[in-house]
Amino acid sequence: MISRTIVRLGVRSIFGRWRGVLLFVLPLVLLGLCVLARALVGQSEEASRHTLYGLGLVVVVPLVALLATSGVLAPEIDDGSISYLLAKPIPRSTIVVSKLVVAVGCVVAFAALPLLLAGLVLRTDDPSVAVGFALGALLGGTAYCALFALLSVLTRHAVVVGLVYLLVWEGLLGGLLDGVRWLSVTRWSAEVADRVAGLTLVADLPLAYALVAGAVVIVGGAWLTGQMLRSFNLTGDE
Amino acid sequence: MSEIRIDHVSRWFRNVVAVNDVTMTIGPGVTGLLGPNGAGKSTLIALMSGFLAPSAGSVTLDGAPLWRNEQVYRQVGLVPEREALFDYLTGREFVVANAELQGLPDPGAAAQRAIALIEMTDAQDREISTYSKGMRQRIKMASALVHDPPVLLLDEPFNGMDPRQRIHLMELIRAMGAEGRTVLFSSHILEEVEQVARQIEVVVAGRHAASGDFGAIRRLMTDRPNRFVLRTADDRRLASVLLTDPSVRGARLRAEGGIELEAADFGRFSEVLPRLAREHGVRLLEVTPTDESLESVFSYLVSS
Repeated sequence: MISRTIVRLGVRSIFGRWRGVLLFVLPLVLLGLCVLARALVGQSEEASRHTLYGLGLVVVVPLVALLATSGVLAPEIDDGSISYLLAKPIPRSTIVVSKLVVAVGCVVAFAALPLLLAGLVLRTDDPSVAVGFALGALLGGTAYCALFALLSVLTRHAVVVGLVYLLVWEGLLGGLLDGVRWLSVTRWSAEVADRVAGLTLVADLPLAYALVAGAVVIVGGAWLTGQMLRSFNLTGDE
Repeated sequence: MSEIRIDHVSRWFRNVVAVNDVTMTIGPGVTGLLGPNGAGKSTLIALMSGFLAPSAGSVTLDGAPLWRNEQVYRQVGLVPEREALFDYLTGREFVVANAELQGLPDPGAAAQRAIALIEMTDAQDREISTYSKGMRQRIKMASALVHDPPVLLLDEPFNGMDPRQRIHLMELIRAMGAEGRTVLFSSHILEEVEQVARQIEVVVAGRHAASGDFGAIRRLMTDRPNRFVLRTADDRRLASVLLTDPSVRGARLRAEGGIELEAADFGRFSEVLPRLAREHGVRLLEVTPTDESLESVFSYLVSS
């Protein structure tokens, strides 16, 4: 199910490019702002909500997922070097799952753990906030990885399409139209944080729905990506 | 002994037909896929590599379909034309990774064997990003050979190689064929194909134009008239001498100097010309084929 070789190559490919640096920058900015906020306003429910949700779940988590997933799949598809993985007797699902393991690993290291730390910095009095946001980041980040993996095999402009989707659907429409919460990965992840930390970031969204929807996106996205890769038409320069 | 069978295969991209009703069988030994650029060679190799679905017809390896069948890659080694590699790895790491992905019991030893075979042992610990074009080509070759496959598909393998590397690769390909492997490589240069391939398949504009051993293809190509312009120290004298040989069909002295010459038999003519020039003490300054471009050879082939 998982190829250690592909995982190893994936890690090297992410940190062998400049994208790898961005992965470190995002959580550093988040943590820096948290330390600043804590120093300036002390323990504040509002400040922590704005930082952990507005910056963490809405910005850092999807961006880390986008950078990691596109870093692990898009360049190889773009330049054709994925042919070295495809021309091997390995199930396509193994290639996809191995790549996703790397991407989700990045989500854990550069989104979920930093959010946990950030939560602990901002709310020393209530560690459940930190745990809630970290778990939310894990669910949201994993779902985003599956989504962006599918995007990477569907289009050569996965990063751009991913960014537009994040800005327009998750950002703009998600803020304007309440109903978008049913189809918004970020809002599902916020619901997890809500439930664990006892907050109300999103109103009227059952936890069970958020979990099932997240699982459907994760499993469905990975499965579809594998299917797309099975029928992947790869031609030379001709 | 492995055999790739292409049976009435067509492949189109939207309304462009890249491969048009091609039927051919690639058996053990070295086969050259010859054709001008854009003739559909890469599309054919992609079809044989299982990287492309035929729009019509079937491509099989020993009866098993190549499309959507990962298991065939145990039998197939691929050398793609595209340059892109895992640049952040060293040559050795890249070949070892390929060996691991093939599921070989001892990837390290297999990689060393393949790297030694293509003479890259000295450069194996350098990062691939520092490799020259020829070295990249060779490390690609090592990655394709690492699991000792009975079938080897190479897309334009001689591109970017210097003469020494070219000769080495030719020897390697010949040896692979002599071992009974099914080796197919594409090229747009007749001389390359001729030197290595036992069997030649000619593709022009997506169609299978000709097939045979290099003698048969050569004859097809040389039985047509060839035109040359010669510049010599004594045009009139050499022209008259050349006309005595049956390989020459006509010669005309140009007003601006030089001989316009039509050869009937290129093979013979290329032997006769230097010999006669030497025998009669006429210095050859320049021999320029005027219609020798590969496209003109191919257009002749397709129309015949």
